[in-house]
Amino acid sequence: MGAGRFRSGSTLPAWLLAAAPLARLGWATVNDSLGANPVEALAHQTGLWSLRLLLLALAMTPLRRLTGWRWPLRVRRAFGVMAFVWALLHFAIYLVLDQGLDPVVVWEDVVKRPFITVGFTALVLLVPLAATSTDGMMRRLGGRWKRLHRLAYVVPVLAVLHFVWLVKADLREPLIYAAILALLLGLRLRWWLAGRPAASTIQTSSRL
Amino acid sequence: MLIRTPRRGDPEPSEITPEKLYRDRRRFIGASLASGMMALAGGGGAAPLPQPGARFVQVPRGAFGTDETPTPLEKVTRYNNFYEFGTGKGDPAVRARDFQPRPWTVTIDGEVERPGSFDLEDLLKPHAFEERIYRLRCVEGWSMVIPWIGFPLGNLLKRFHPTSRARYVEFTTLHDPRRMPGQRRGILDWPYVEGLRMDEAMHPLTILAVGLYDELLPNQNGAPLRLVVPWKYGFKSIKSIVRIRLVERQPETTWHKAAPEEYGFYSNVNPEVDHPRWSQRKERRIGELFKRPTLMFNGYADQVAHLYAGMDLRKYF
Ligand code: HEM
Repeated sequence: MGAGRFRSGSTLPAWLLAAAPLARLGWATVNDSLGANPVEALAHQTGLWSLRLLLLALAMTPLRRLTGWRWPLRVRRAFGVMAFVWALLHFAIYLVLDQGLDPVVVWEDVVKRPFITVGFTALVLLVPLAATSTDGMMRRLGGRWKRLHRLAYVVPVLAVLHFVWLVKADLREPLIYAAILALLLGLRLRWWLAGRPAASTIQTSSRL
Repeated sequence: MLIRTPRRGDPEPSEITPEKLYRDRRRFIGASLASGMMALAGGGGAAPLPQPGARFVQVPRGAFGTDETPTPLEKVTRYNNFYEFGTGKGDPAVRARDFQPRPWTVTIDGEVERPGSFDLEDLLKPHAFEERIYRLRCVEGWSMVIPWIGFPLGNLLKRFHPTSRARYVEFTTLHDPRRMPGQRRGILDWPYVEGLRMDEAMHPLTILAVGLYDELLPNQNGAPLRLVVPWKYGFKSIKSIVRIRLVERQPETTWHKAAPEEYGFYSNVNPEVDHPRWSQRKERRIGELFKRPTLMFNGYADQVAHLYAGMDLRKYF
């Protein structure tokens, strides 16, 4: 398995898809059609697209397994890398427009406010993932690449937590994302348990 | 007790005229109708309540002005926190569109000598409306400048003769899930309840608003009657009020019930006391790109700081 060798041209539609909302947001910004608080709208939209793409990337392996199609694994990288790009934009908005590029205030926020701590951790963890997303790095890291890229399970968990934590009262939206994440991780857990040689003993003992 | 902020002058009328551009022709027709009817009715106060759809005319400028530019009407009416009509900022403008704020009854009871339920028009008749241009600071970290039309809450309370046991005022929003679709979900413990200490309620800055710019209060801004307490976070300024009860004990308020460690009874704007999840040092004025510093008591410290003399504002947040 693995992402395999592919001509990068064939994944272009996935890259374009993941970048398309950027054009829409850019257009809306220029036209001042983002509502009364455009900065907040941009912060929300960039955060949401980052999260959506993280989940989409995570959905590719199950999709491949359930359908037998090959393309999901080929486009996974596009979604993952673009999730990082959206997260960078999201952070840039916070850094420049919310905190006026003041590193002291940003650091205070990161250490003091759990929702920022968690979001920041997610962003930091995405850096090595994005940096090792090329074919060359995959080859060079070999088996370690797979281990490192298990962080792709951790980052969306942090992102959902970040979302849940910043909401004032209406948890419906973040919980929808949490449910999708639980489904995607749950499927893997099931397959992993089923694939383990000792799976049957664990199941019997858990009945006790 | 009417202390004017010395450094800030009242805004020039010209500063708010651009908003007139937003009005559609219907309103002009409505306005002329209203002034006609007013002439018929003889008119009580300086600026009576217009009929729905009509505009206020000749509302005198009240005290406590600011020279800051008012937030455009379009933004004041399309960016709202009014969970009774949905939790999205744009929801109230859409989902309150068909809300009928008339007829409307307000009950005034509790520790008053003359309790009763009153039709809105009757309740408001003795009061002369004035314009109050106030800053509004939301607990979420954004702010606006809004030209309200209203009158001091204290003037109304005095008419009902609070008893000596009246130490707090409790306000309640309409509870009617058929008319307020947001109440069909238990996001908050409906109905929305807010409260003030008696001296806060009697303070001349505290008003009951019936309009903004020169319109009747739009539905999404809390029609037909709302509280405005400019030195407190926006959620204290309860909307669509149906009941005003004077009580002996501090009322249990809605956001405090939802998250006691996040939203205190006082909720005075205070840059030094953070919300547990975010800083309150800065705010984004709607229409501006960068955040600006938040002022103590939202810039009304000269007027209200004495109300809290000796109180630990970290404890009583
Ligand atoms: C992978 C990393 C991240 C993801 C996926 C992410 C995702 C999100 C999401 C989904 C929202 C909610 C949007 C909404 O309410 O509709 C959000 C809001 C927010 N995020 Fe992030 N975030 C990430 C990293 C960060 C970082 C590093 C920071 C700052 C250090 C940050 C600061 C914020 C802030 C301040 C908000 C609230 C915006 C507002 O209400 O105006 N996030 N984020």
